[in-house]
Amino acid sequence: MSASVHVEVTVNGERRVDDVEARLLLVHWLRDELGLTGTHVGCDTTNCGACTVHLNGESVKSCTVLAAQADGSQVTTIEGLSSGDALHPLQDAFWEKHGLQCGFCTPGMIMAAADLLERNPNPSDDEIRHGLEGNLCRCTGYHNIVEAVKAAAGKGVPA
Amino acid sequence: MTSVGQALKRKEDPRMITGRGYYTEDITLPGMLYATIVRSPEAHATITSIDTSAAKERDGVVAVLTGEDMAGDFAGPIPMVWAPPGVEINTPEHWPLKRGEVKHVGDPVAVVVATTRGAAVDAAEDVFVEYDAKPAVVDPEQALEDGAPLVWEQFGTNKTHEWAVAGGDFDAAQAEADVTVEHRYVNHRTSGAPIEPRCSVAEARAGHLTLYSTTQIPHIARFILSGMVGVPEDRLRVVAPDVGGGFGAKLQVYAEEALVLALAKRLGRPVKWTETRSEHMTTSHHGRDQIAYVTLTAKRDGTVTGCRARIVADLGAYQQILTPFIPTLGFPVMGGCYAIPSIDLHFTGVFTNKMPTDAIRGAGRPEATYWIELTMDKLARELGMDPLELRRKNFIPKEQFPFETALGIVYDSGDYQGTLDRLLENFDLDAFRSEQASLRQQGIYRGVGFSTWVEVCGLAPSRAVGPQGVGLQAAFYESANVRVTPTGSAIVYSGASPHGQGLDTSFAQIAGDILGIDPENVQVLHGDTDQGAWGWGTYGSRSLSVGGEAIARAARKVQDKAKHVCAALLEAAPDDIELVDGKYQVRGSPDKSMTMAEISGAAHIPPNELPTDIEPGLEESSFYDPENFVFPFGAHACVVDVDAETGKATVVRYVSVDDCGTPINPMLIDGQVHGGIAHAIGQALYEQVVYDSEGQLVTGTFVDYALPTAAEMPHFETDRTETPSPTNSLGVKGVGEAGTIAATPAVVAAVHDALQPLGVEWVDMPLTPVRVYEAIQAAQGNGSGPRASEQGVDLGEHGGGAAGSGPTGPDEGGAA
Repeated sequence: MSASVHVEVTVNGERRVDDVEARLLLVHWLRDELGLTGTHVGCDTTNCGACTVHLNGESVKSCTVLAAQADGSQVTTIEGLSSGDALHPLQDAFWEKHGLQCGFCTPGMIMAAADLLERNPNPSDDEIRHGLEGNLCRCTGYHNIVEAVKAAAGKGVPA
Repeated sequence: MTSVGQALKRKEDPRMITGRGYYTEDITLPGMLYATIVRSPEAHATITSIDTSAAKERDGVVAVLTGEDMAGDFAGPIPMVWAPPGVEINTPEHWPLKRGEVKHVGDPVAVVVATTRGAAVDAAEDVFVEYDAKPAVVDPEQALEDGAPLVWEQFGTNKTHEWAVAGGDFDAAQAEADVTVEHRYVNHRTSGAPIEPRCSVAEARAGHLTLYSTTQIPHIARFILSGMVGVPEDRLRVVAPDVGGGFGAKLQVYAEEALVLALAKRLGRPVKWTETRSEHMTTSHHGRDQIAYVTLTAKRDGTVTGCRARIVADLGAYQQILTPFIPTLGFPVMGGCYAIPSIDLHFTGVFTNKMPTDAIRGAGRPEATYWIELTMDKLARELGMDPLELRRKNFIPKEQFPFETALGIVYDSGDYQGTLDRLLENFDLDAFRSEQASLRQQGIYRGVGFSTWVEVCGLAPSRAVGPQGVGLQAAFYESANVRVTPTGSAIVYSGASPHGQGLDTSFAQIAGDILGIDPENVQVLHGDTDQGAWGWGTYGSRSLSVGGEAIARAARKVQDKAKHVCAALLEAAPDDIELVDGKYQVRGSPDKSMTMAEISGAAHIPPNELPTDIEPGLEESSFYDPENFVFPFGAHACVVDVDAETGKATVVRYVSVDDCGTPINPMLIDGQVHGGIAHAIGQALYEQVVYDSEGQLVTGTFVDYALPTAAEMPHFETDRTETPSPTNSLGVKGVGEAGTIAATPAVVAAVHDALQPLGVEWVDMPLTPVRVYEAIQAAQGNGSGPRASEQGVDLGEHGGGAAGSGPTGPDEGGAA
């Protein structure tokens, strides 16, 4: 059993304080300790991107970040992307354009796309495809994901 | 306005886009324990000892159990359910934990249960298992040779069974043929690879067990697992919550499902097991892995007279529930969409020291389409005929439907000329050929491939597929329960078990229209054996044509009762009540009408005016067993560029016209087609499960098994024709597997068309850069020729040959 580490992290705007195993992955802390199960785990090798969250405003694969490394950081998960009943334009666009089927890759895909649009508000199709290369989807063939990101970009994301 | 035919946004999505989906891994129960499985690193070995003492001493460990320890926990082994009349299939006992011998890498030998994930994984590393390795057999054709190592000595052979079906006189066709073409096709081993790994959570309370599991078949799972763990079905509930994709990989009853149930029962605490991705690659069943020797015979004018295939299917080390049946599942369409008077098919199943194969998206039909379409191309070349002209000459004409094939299969409806004509409206072949010629002059190798495909789906008809048909020990009807609440909402329970198909939406459209309720107010439930009637689940593109029709039939019964209630209250005859724009009204007197909410209120709280012979309540069920399959079809064109310097093939355009009968929700149809084509492009160009010559799995992660990313996929140009199926009242066919069934031959033909000026005759899938490069070199007189795609050869490449995603895509690193 590895040593425990004290962490203070702002998750979706809320300060969370915990003592975690040094080896605990951020994704397991979010899912198992904080109950934020919208962030998923799909592989062991940081390939699939289902666990993508924002760490200090940039997308990271939370299976490759230790909870301890997030100490003092701001973390945003899919649950915190929008507030109240309002949807983030990307969430709305994924719904509108049928950008999801089984929904398992979707939270990570939306978080990766949000970061992409932050960096490049009006990406070309090719830039979207390469920008989301680190997020795997087995259902959609990516067609409608690209359509959704384009639609959201057209709506002037990010706010 | 009816909602059927409209592209309604999905009812499933609001929870999924906000992170409020509810997948099995999201479930945490009070006192829950975590299980980790100790697996064999050997492909074939005798277990000589297992030392669990160190593991048991670790903090947090609750139990460490071997196959011997748990021998009494299971009442039965994992069953295989195909018993074809007159054919014996060698089927070894298959227990959740192995005793004595292991038969493939990943075979489970012990389980560790602990209070945290980490403690369970740590302790599993302290379970010491000694093995005495035995020779492994990996290549299915070598496995059939005399003297090959035997996977199961008790059978004296690696052959599991032979199965044959024929119609017409192929021998005569061959004797009289002007032209005969033959080819050996390898349809290599692939993984379903849903992004959600498998997960099972079991709970035991006072003799009642509940299993939450990532399954496509909750009701079948309850039936089988009740036998495996020795619990009557009334005390076992199986729930499939949101399931993150299946693709057939979750059409199974797995060892781990029985194991967590047995552990929860034994330990009295909930137990969760979550598959790692490397476990998925190792021990979730694989698909395909067939070698087909195909012969087509024809007259000089291009009339195809006969089709013969000798198929060797690598089944792996055990029989999972449908393992030996899957290669056979494509047989009804092994003549393709052509009127071929003689068809002769023979299947041989083979044991190897690999994970069993079973159904993966398409399951037998992608293999069939692959070889019939590519052999038609070869025949066209042999005849000096245009390949599309050859197809047109042999298409079953649309006026001949329903059409009985040489095998006695009745294709329900079709218009193969129609989809090809539409395809060529959307894809200008003449323009392409001139573009291709000018690109070749610039050293750019562009090619086009076509697939005019037909498939059989909608499993379905129990009499054809069941015990007295091809011999599955099952039936294939589907159930539906339709209930209207007192305030006029509807609750629909379906025995289908969707996991991404959007059936919450399309089923609501079907039921809503028939009931006169906005689909927004129709809640579709499924995947819980305590909620609804027995159901057969979601696979084989059956949910709409069988499950959807069952819902339509139950909803019509509800509508009929609603009309009786309405008629009684409006003092009219039931036959005079019509449903118009959501109102039940008296024909000719639209001012006399009731809404469903008013009718249902009266049905639930009956006023005295309602005759007592009308039962209270508003709920009906249906069990629908179709009389035939359904046969979707279409025409696809794929354009690829091949980089002759690197061998890399890139899909630059994909155009498809599919016909799945009457559309319920066209947006969902397009989505299914996109995903299916992407899956097939993955198989054709990137993905392969590879074992080395000693049976070690080489492709154990998404680093080695190259799932396509957004960067490799083209923009899909989809279109549709609509030829209703006469099999069901909705006119629908299936579409979930269409893309995987249609697309591999189009992609492979396109690459070969691109390579034609370089003199390359043939390259087996997957058409990775290294394979294509070596084929080009060999054709140019350099090197030793294209590498074989057989299993058990040290390929020196990993699956698709490159990382699947992230910073390295298939166009970087890996095999290229």
